[in-house]
Amino acid sequence: MAFFDTSLGIFIIILAQCLAVTVAILVSLAFLLYMDRKVWAAVQMRRGPNVVGPWGLLQSFADFLKFVLKEIVIPAGADKAVFLIAPLLTFVLACIAWVVIPFADGWVISDLNVGVLYIFAISSLGVYGIIMGGWASNSKYPFLGGLRSAAQMVSYEVSIGLIIIGVLISTGSLNLSEIVRAQDGAYGLFSWYWLPHLPMVVLFFVSALAETNRPPFDLPEAESELVAGYQVEYSSTPYLLFMIGEYMNIVLMCALLSILFFGGWLSPIPGLPDGVLWMVVKIVFFFFLFAMVKAIVPRYRYDQLMRLGWKVFLPMSLGWVVIAAILARLDVIGYARFAAGG
Amino acid sequence: MGLTQLAFYVFAAVAVGSGVLVILARNPVHSVLWLILAFFSSAGLMVLLGAEFIAMLLVIVYVGAVAVLFLFVVMMLDVDFAELKRGLADYLPVGALVGLVLLVELSLVLGHWALAGAAPESREAVFAIEEGVANTPALGAILYDKYLYMFQAAGLILLVAMIGAIVLTLRHRPNVKRQDVLTQIYRGRDVELKDVEPGQGV
Repeated sequence: MAFFDTSLGIFIIILAQCLAVTVAILVSLAFLLYMDRKVWAAVQMRRGPNVVGPWGLLQSFADFLKFVLKEIVIPAGADKAVFLIAPLLTFVLACIAWVVIPFADGWVISDLNVGVLYIFAISSLGVYGIIMGGWASNSKYPFLGGLRSAAQMVSYEVSIGLIIIGVLISTGSLNLSEIVRAQDGAYGLFSWYWLPHLPMVVLFFVSALAETNRPPFDLPEAESELVAGYQVEYSSTPYLLFMIGEYMNIVLMCALLSILFFGGWLSPIPGLPDGVLWMVVKIVFFFFLFAMVKAIVPRYRYDQLMRLGWKVFLPMSLGWVVIAAILARLDVIGYARFAAGG
Repeated sequence: MGLTQLAFYVFAAVAVGSGVLVILARNPVHSVLWLILAFFSSAGLMVLLGAEFIAMLLVIVYVGAVAVLFLFVVMMLDVDFAELKRGLADYLPVGALVGLVLLVELSLVLGHWALAGAAPESREAVFAIEEGVANTPALGAILYDKYLYMFQAAGLILLVAMIGAIVLTLRHRPNVKRQDVLTQIYRGRDVELKDVEPGQGV
């Protein structure tokens, strides 16, 4: 075992862990995409994908092959380097955010002390993929889509940050594993943060929809007005990278929702063992909610989106930070759980 | 050479290289993109120093918000690149002078900070870092416990600056139809939905 204590050995172990997590997420993403389409189809009383493989289960893999094998078309006036870097950036950023996500107690590649800030920093970088793609395409619709998404993602990041601060005040730590451990209690389901922070759960869910450009806030790619927004000019593998990056961000938001408010790997019923299974169940459940929202809710108008972000969500989440801070200071049960750091 | 040193040299080289390219890039949008890379690599350097909180803040504030606005503005400008490049030779001596002065000042300050005999004590006087405290709680204790009033004053100044900027640019144009959500919500029963038979009208 001596080799794995040297810095090269540790490097190789970390590399293997990263590879394992990335592959696991990419494979499960294929089935989540299938699930997304099936849910959407069921709401609209269609069958959805049902041809490739049993019940259409292999549809995502067929799509993958189709995207990879097609020709990459680069528009004549495009800024070639930026045009190709943009989808790569989106994909890479979506992958590296998973480094700090704990799937079970200790099942995390890097147990960063500032895990929440890391996630926040990476997701704030995500906007560059879209802006760069929109600008480099040298075309009107992508450019408009890029501008929209810049404003949209910057606006909703503010409220997401303030929402997370409430949870941080309760926990007293920026470490995602500590946040989950602080929710461990005798009452199972009812010890989690969703109960004391109930209003913020709703706000976080809606902000997550806006942050990931998901319907009803998919204005950067609104197909009825901007054709497909920033990705109009993209084809084959670059388009695939954009799409995978987008879906990985959605799953990341589901994971964050379950870690911050729904106890991560903890089991909802006291007595049942905790474990990675609960985390997966929670992520899939929130992904189902995302899919249902996509099927049910009509798209927002752009000014409504901005008003919601700045005039409704920002004051509400800011007010909640103050309320949560006061409640935690007064030691109200459920608000102050300074298990670590303090 | 350990991996930490390797990482340091990679981050440092990328930071310096992209800093040079910020100035040399022909296209202003490329300049901003190089600037973002420079910010990002300096955040990496701070992680190597063990200042992970500052590193994350650098990425969130500068890369995630400030540089987005830069990019946003620069992308929409209609810049004539030839025009931009033409003044380069005229401004080069002045720019070089400013750079030289800055370099001398920085090296004086940093030299004192590192070499002067009284430096360790004066560093201790500003903030004493206890062993085993992560830098997030340490910064929090300094900002919110020790220097709370100064922190609040700084926040107040920023607030005044923000309000000032809004007041300076705010103008209410007449003849613009705006949506007022409250009046829409509180509208009475004067609007109703009617089923209209085809070919009849209301």
